[in-house]
Amino acid sequence: MGLLSDPVRRRALARLVLRLNAPLCVLSYVAGIAWFLALAFPPLTQRTYMSENAMGSTMVEEQFAGGDRARGFARDFAAHRRKSGALPVAWLERTMRSVGLEVYTQSFSRKLPFPDETHERYVVAGTNVYGILRAPRAASTESLVLTVPCGSDSTNSQAVGLLLALAAHFRGQIYWAKDIIFLVTEHDLLGTEAWLEAYHDTNVTGMQSSPLQGRAGAIQAALALELSSDMVTSLDVAVEGLNGQLPNLDLLNLFQTFCQKGGLLCTLQGKLQPQDWTSADGPLQGLQTLLLMVLQQASGRPHGPHGLFLRYRVEALTLRGINSFRQYKALEGMFRKLNHLLERLHQSFFLYLLAALARFVSIGLYMPAVGFLLLVLGLKALELWMRLHEAGAGPAEVGAASAPGTPLPPAQGVGLASLVAPLLISQAMGVALYTLPVLGQHVATQHFPVAEAEAVVLTLLAIYAAGLALPHSTHRVVSAQAPDRGWMALKLVALIYLALQLACIALTNFSLGFLLAATMVPAAALTEPCGPRPFYAALLVLTSPAATLLGSLFLWRELQEAPLSLAEGWQLFLGALAQGVLEHHTYGALLFPLLALGIYPCWLLFWNVLFWK
Amino acid sequence: MAAAVPLAVLALLLLGPGGWGYAEPLRDSLREELVITPLPSGDVAATFQFRTRWDSDLLQEEGTDHYFLRYAVLPREVVCTENLTPWKKLLPCSSKAGLSVLLKADRLFHTSYHSQAVHIRPVCRNARCTSVSWELRQTLSVVFDAFVTGQGKKDWSLFRMFSRTLTEPCPLASESRVYVDITSSSQDNETLEVNPPPLTTYQDVILGTRKTYAVYDLLDMAVISSSRNLNIQLKWKRPLENEAPPVPFLHAQRYVSGYGLQKGELSTLLYNTHPYRAFPVLLLDTVPWYLRLYVHTLTITSKGKENKPSYIHYQPAQDRLQPHLLEMLIQLPANSVSKVSIQFERALLKWTEYTPDPNHGFYVSPSVISALVPSMVAAKPVDWEESPLFSSLFPVSDSSSYFVRLYTEPLLVSLPTPDFSMPYNVICLTCTVVAVCYGSFYNLLTRTFHIEEPSTGGLAKRLANLIRRARGVPPL
Repeated sequence: MGLLSDPVRRRALARLVLRLNAPLCVLSYVAGIAWFLALAFPPLTQRTYMSENAMGSTMVEEQFAGGDRARGFARDFAAHRRKSGALPVAWLERTMRSVGLEVYTQSFSRKLPFPDETHERYVVAGTNVYGILRAPRAASTESLVLTVPCGSDSTNSQAVGLLLALAAHFRGQIYWAKDIIFLVTEHDLLGTEAWLEAYHDTNVTGMQSSPLQGRAGAIQAALALELSSDMVTSLDVAVEGLNGQLPNLDLLNLFQTFCQKGGLLCTLQGKLQPQDWTSADGPLQGLQTLLLMVLQQASGRPHGPHGLFLRYRVEALTLRGINSFRQYKALEGMFRKLNHLLERLHQSFFLYLLAALARFVSIGLYMPAVGFLLLVLGLKALELWMRLHEAGAGPAEVGAASAPGTPLPPAQGVGLASLVAPLLISQAMGVALYTLPVLGQHVATQHFPVAEAEAVVLTLLAIYAAGLALPHSTHRVVSAQAPDRGWMALKLVALIYLALQLACIALTNFSLGFLLAATMVPAAALTEPCGPRPFYAALLVLTSPAATLLGSLFLWRELQEAPLSLAEGWQLFLGALAQGVLEHHTYGALLFPLLALGIYPCWLLFWNVLFWK
Repeated sequence: MAAAVPLAVLALLLLGPGGWGYAEPLRDSLREELVITPLPSGDVAATFQFRTRWDSDLLQEEGTDHYFLRYAVLPREVVCTENLTPWKKLLPCSSKAGLSVLLKADRLFHTSYHSQAVHIRPVCRNARCTSVSWELRQTLSVVFDAFVTGQGKKDWSLFRMFSRTLTEPCPLASESRVYVDITSSSQDNETLEVNPPPLTTYQDVILGTRKTYAVYDLLDMAVISSSRNLNIQLKWKRPLENEAPPVPFLHAQRYVSGYGLQKGELSTLLYNTHPYRAFPVLLLDTVPWYLRLYVHTLTITSKGKENKPSYIHYQPAQDRLQPHLLEMLIQLPANSVSKVSIQFERALLKWTEYTPDPNHGFYVSPSVISALVPSMVAAKPVDWEESPLFSSLFPVSDSSSYFVRLYTEPLLVSLPTPDFSMPYNVICLTCTVVAVCYGSFYNLLTRTFHIEEPSTGGLAKRLANLIRRARGVPPL
């Protein structure tokens, strides 16, 4: 404290920050990146452990042996599906009723903002079928959900078969304390979203659906099941949900317990689990898994139907796997353990990163990584603030004692006024980027030979690129007396704006915050209207949000060991843009508005700084 | 089980149909009966009823003062054998003889529905009500699940359900009967068959439909003596189709809508499936104070139009003292679904007010719906003392309608809950530290500092200044 209250020492500190600014920034950035890379190594990754007492030691004995029955159901379902070409609602209703469930259906329809070319759908209408197994002698206050999403093809018929066989087995047991809802949704995630909204009687995304006839109280946990074929290989688990939300770690621990108990081959991000964590191999493999998780979480899209449940505070997982008898038992075991729950899952971590199924990094350990990165912005802003004051005080007064505190009314007034135009224009650019592509798709299709989806993507890119032309029109008013002050003030505002945004993002979705910070911070710190401008411009363009997205796609496929060629990457990039906009409209994913309304205008400010005249 | 709520043990002071009953002097008399209703789904509902009356020296004071009527409900009670044992001890024959031998805990608690009740009420012994008997009525209803207990078979027998058969009546009983609902058989002789064949049958109008019961009187020697025990069996002659069960005229559903921990909405759906008759229902809601109801958001819609209740009584909650009470008389149009919804805000409790399992959520008691539902068949008024005990469960007000009281499901609402663990403490501590640091840093960073020359001179200077002030000259 004495350091700050003593003006002499305060000045010394200020000089230190000014003089050592560059090395401090580099050090801080390197420390942030190094900290992140070190997360996969043992002192920072910890072993997972079950915190919830009710699901603690393995007390259930799985008895389910309905593998053949499941296969029979799956065959029938696939046959009926082929015959009708859509979800065989009547057959499902009949079958669910015959295994003793209370059966209801829900029809829904949704017109997408523009045609979805990946899934080939535009106006979607479908029917969800669900059956409720009522727990005996209970009052239907709590329930568990097993959901199977059915897409346009019949790939998931094995899962439907398994769901029906499990329902038949569960119905014969008397130990249930919670109702179990067996849900088959059409049009995969759209159906799930429609059902969830109707169950909670809300309308978040403009879905039109019939009200639900049957309910079963507060949903405590949910499992989604996707089985792609009937050959046995492995069971993959997906945790990343909408907007990077994660289920409670205990749910994953539960899955892992049954993997070990049944000797199953379980994977995370499609990666086998490294056994040896003492040598470097395990952590290096863990780092790949961790990076994959960060990329998936940062995308903010639900990686499976479970992702949509998380909004309603329902802990959920998606299991993707391939048929085997032993894996059925794991499912039975998981449901029985969840049935033991006395409270909602809350004991374990909600914010974590996974290096392997049994290794995690808790929030306390990963936050410093992004903290170091944001420190760079803070240091730069501090430096600019001091330089602004010194410049305002004039060269003669720099050494004077009163420099930091003296108000400089004329110079500051000009500085702030010159900021208004760039700020407003770049923010307006963001609003245009957010609204115009979807609003203007019809105009675009009338005047250009493109389809709606293409029109949206191309408009998006066009507006994005048009933003680069802004600096030539934004700043007409520049104070003649102190030409440096203008860009300094603008950069100061931009730095603080970026730091605040990234800090808020990192608190809710660490992965996204870290990715954006790691790419945007160096360019943001370096950008100046003087110096090697072409280099700065290249750096800025390479670290703009769109370039980060493109780079992330390449990195993602590289880590999945399916590298992309340049053309494929570009196609995937265009697809990802369309998906991002669609997911915002259909599920309420926040990545697109966040980038369009927050990060992109901020990035434009730096672009403005670079071309300040 | 339509919209019935398994209120586990409901002990209430029953005023009975028409207030005070009137009975001939009866001394320690026991009537017991068992009603078995095979449902179309294959499930079997069994209702035991035991009624004991004894003379009392307690003099009846004034009539019941309705200002002091109390309604209380415990939204959750875990059903277990501990509820049954003390209940059985109230029976004169305990579980040694009579119908009560069937009350075997391990069978009764493998059922899908369980409801157990004790009713106590005073009964006038003469028309002027100068002396009073007390009546203790115990009821136990269970529904046996065809899927779980019958392994998928729909046929049943007393032995298969209770793992006991009836051997003798309770020696203290003045009446001991078993009724089996054979309505579908009486309409169409091919559907089901009871064995042994009943000696008598009984017809009555229950919930607006005509029912036929096979009657087995245990006091009648012929019923038991043939094989020394009575094991009633029922066989379905035709396999039943898997069809959705028929829907009652009035049923209801209740749920919490919305997400997040700030606001929510309580919605009650009231279904009137009668094809052409509208009828009014009385809806009674008690909501705990920690859900702060916004009464201005109360909306009732039927068939897409606003439905104005003809009567509303609302008593606002007082924090920690009294819950909200909302009572409404709503007209349900024919063949409609009416939605009653009201928004609420979740209150933040004091940290000592949370239950030991706060993350489980907090229970909200069921709404109570009372209605006179139009009946399909005209019922004749019955003499309460002569007709079987079970008919008092389905009171009839007049010939055109019958009285129904429904309880919706209780709700589980999660409230904003602090994390009562180490991280919570850590967060509190860090926030305090940050707040303190922020204050002093902000102070230091925004303050301007001026260097003041240290005063030199001391006493001499002060003296000089005094003189200067006296002279009217500015001080040094």
